[in-house]
Amino acid sequence: MSTLNLSGRLPARDELPTLAAGMARTLIVPLMGLLVFLFAWHIAARNIDTSLGQFPGPVQVYEQSVNLIAEHNRERTKEVAFIERQEKRNAEKLAKDPSAEVRIRDYTGKPTFFDQIGTSLVTVMSGFVLASLLAIPIGILIGLNSTLYAALNPLVQLFKPVSPLAWLPLVTMVVSAVYVSDDPLFAKSFLTSLFTVTLCCLWPTLINTAVGVSGISQDLKNVSKVLRLPFLTHVVKIAIPASLPAMFTGLRLSLGIAWMVLIAAEMLAQNPGLGKFVWDEFQNGSSDSLGRIMVAVLVIGLIGFLLDRAMLALQKAISWDKNAVLR
Amino acid sequence: MASYSFSELVKGATLNGVRFIVCGHLQNNRMHPQTSTSPKEQVMTHLELTGVSIDFPTPKGAFRALDNVNLKIAKGEFISLIGHSGCGKSTVLNIVAGLYQATTGGVVLDGKEVREPGPERAVVFQNHSLLPWLSAYENVELAVRQVFRRTKSKAEMRDWIEHNLALVHMDHAMHKRPDEISGGMKQRVGIARALAMEPKVLLMDEPFGALDALTRAHLQDSLMEIQTTLNNTVIMITHDVDEAVLLSDRIVMMTNGPAASVGEILDIELERPRDRIALADDTRYNHYRHEVLSFLYEKQRHPATDEAAGPVKKPEVAQDLQDRNTAKAESKAAEAA
Repeated sequence: MSTLNLSGRLPARDELPTLAAGMARTLIVPLMGLLVFLFAWHIAARNIDTSLGQFPGPVQVYEQSVNLIAEHNRERTKEVAFIERQEKRNAEKLAKDPSAEVRIRDYTGKPTFFDQIGTSLVTVMSGFVLASLLAIPIGILIGLNSTLYAALNPLVQLFKPVSPLAWLPLVTMVVSAVYVSDDPLFAKSFLTSLFTVTLCCLWPTLINTAVGVSGISQDLKNVSKVLRLPFLTHVVKIAIPASLPAMFTGLRLSLGIAWMVLIAAEMLAQNPGLGKFVWDEFQNGSSDSLGRIMVAVLVIGLIGFLLDRAMLALQKAISWDKNAVLR
Repeated sequence: MASYSFSELVKGATLNGVRFIVCGHLQNNRMHPQTSTSPKEQVMTHLELTGVSIDFPTPKGAFRALDNVNLKIAKGEFISLIGHSGCGKSTVLNIVAGLYQATTGGVVLDGKEVREPGPERAVVFQNHSLLPWLSAYENVELAVRQVFRRTKSKAEMRDWIEHNLALVHMDHAMHKRPDEISGGMKQRVGIARALAMEPKVLLMDEPFGALDALTRAHLQDSLMEIQTTLNNTVIMITHDVDEAVLLSDRIVMMTNGPAASVGEILDIELERPRDRIALADDTRYNHYRHEVLSFLYEKQRHPATDEAAGPVKKPEVAQDLQDRNTAKAESKAAEAA
């Protein structure tokens, strides 16, 4: 695709036109699109007045992103100072009385935008991994066995379209009731978000894996039968490699859904994360709020895109068919 | 696949699990002209097909693809199955492989009834059927591990895999994956995989059908060479008259479907090793070719050409089928009662 010269050698004279064409396609055209979008956004934003002031344009959003970074850095400096003070105090206490009880407290400052991103990423990956661990084996089983498929298919079809918001109250109540511990390893809010994400992003992986496995060519099934491969060998040597492309299609869809669901769940349930950030800003209602929300929107989009690219890279690394065009 | 539902019927017809008693209504079948009196076969029957018939369920009722196929094959014999497309050659092979279950009748190999697929009846599939995610070596390895995991050590297995790939002249590219090698090479690997199972019977379903003429000739020569050393029992399906005459000890010619059966069996008494160029002028070779060609194009003209020619026998066949279905339904009802 790209004709960017990576070898470090200067392009020959006759290569220059194609190089220029390649540059135009890979850099200039997308850049033009972006510029047109920014301009349209700018014009549109100027004409929308809300109760919280003018709708943020590109400039305000840029300003707010700078602010958010600054806030984050301020908060980190405060944290470092807090820990230093605490250590100093504790050292003094110990110097006076070696047997004194020393308490180490965590810094309890407000989580910044970037802390929220971190929380959201951890939650989404946990939920997604749990969903995959459930969906892939079940998908393989129902793909191999048409009776199991017939048994599970109605359930899958029933639960697949359920919105995360419908699950959320139930999950919250169940987690509160079941996960009772004095020294919890995980926060309840984390578990609520995690299970909501899992319940919603299970289905694409499950269905695609099942379709992939059930679509294995009869010839390969016959090979397996003639060899009398045991079930596990059949799964490992034939079912999984054959369904890998379909499985990855499912995984990528699942991860996309997981990310969308998570934001909604965090927003509604006040679980820490980007969703909560957006909700807090909305409730805050300062003149900066809309700009900050817009930053969050862009970041959410960017992270979703990066997650998909990461899955694609993983698929490319694992896929046996290096000739397949993956996009 | 669907034929499994008929396995109950087959079991019903089994008395001692070794031999089949052909269902009563089948014995009323018209007699098929058969000239199966090879001297070899009288010595020892290695593989025997007795009264093999198969019905496939269709929305319009059962479709009888094969009707009363009888065949005795001696150890080390090379048999070709030849016939027009759709005459059920592959179905015969799949029944011997155990991938299909005969509706009535059955297959006995070395005194044991064939009920399911197994590596002692290795299959070379028409379109190679290699696992695309494994290299040639790994494809053979999968089979070798499965068959010899208890009897061979790791080093022995490796030698055995390499030996079999060398046998089909694929040792130079054994670590390449199927998409990196040509069609002929894939088919060689497919043959190596089947040979590596040390099968009692090697089943080949049009193994060279998808290859160009030159590659096909190469592979036929390779196969003859391997056959000289290993002396396997082989059943091969082919469309190619020359291939059948060149390779076979006997050629089994099948009648047209539906309800196809064995039409004639031709013994090929040409000395081995056979040389394709020398045989091209051989009168006996040409005579055998003529026999097969006349069976295919005079006695068993393709249904399509039949219709064009005039008198059509179809209604009679349909009537026959219908009668048989009613007979079967009746016998089923009798069984139930």
